[in-house]
Amino acid sequence: MSVRVQEQDFDVSAELALMRLGNPKIGAIASFVGVVRDINEGDSVATMTLEHYPGMTEKAITEIIDQARGRWEVLDALVIHRVGTLKPTEQIVLVIVASTHRGDAFAACEFIMDFLKTQAPFWKKEITPNGARWVDARVTDSRAAERWSSVEKN
Amino acid sequence: MITLLYFARLREALGTGREELALPSDISTLGTLRDHLSKRGEAWAKEMAVGRNLRAAVNQDIATADTPIKDGDEIAFFPPVTGG
Repeated sequence: MSVRVQEQDFDVSAELALMRLGNPKIGAIASFVGVVRDINEGDSVATMTLEHYPGMTEKAITEIIDQARGRWEVLDALVIHRVGTLKPTEQIVLVIVASTHRGDAFAACEFIMDFLKTQAPFWKKEITPNGARWVDARVTDSRAAERWSSVEKN
Repeated sequence: MITLLYFARLREALGTGREELALPSDISTLGTLRDHLSKRGEAWAKEMAVGRNLRAAVNQDIATADTPIKDGDEIAFFPPVTGG
């Protein structure tokens, strides 16, 4: 299990290969990559700057991974989240979950991402033609996290 | 002393990201601390207002108005998170 908050980009293939190596129990690996979009709320986005709360960020994500491990079989998990200034098409976040079978890997990966969006202390500021603005939290993100409370443990 | 941290929109609106504060003796919860900070002036009154959508953490754990606070704590205030 690993959590990294960093400015530099990440190599998805390298991270997937690293997780797979040396653990013959792994039968499925699910991954998610979040990317900077060029349009948000109808405005074009030139760049985006991500701020976080050092210390709490790592702690919060580790707790989310622990919750996922309590619900599904998680053999290994990795979360990398970038901070600093990013441009459209750049990668922001990577979640990888390894399990014996795909069902657990898919579910745990989505769960971690849904809770990361609503619990991990990151904030986005966008630069648009109308100036800089802090991104507002989305109700749809809260709903995505809340739906897990009604999903049965498998 | 307690350490106060402010992030994102809040840090810009208040003009500070971090301060040390001697904990007043009549403050024992996050809610009473927020009320105390809201009396510092216009920007503070606006950002710390009860109706304002604000989140907080005590020692890096998400906290609510009735969370107890004590000397030595690290207390952070911030807007709803928008990572991922």
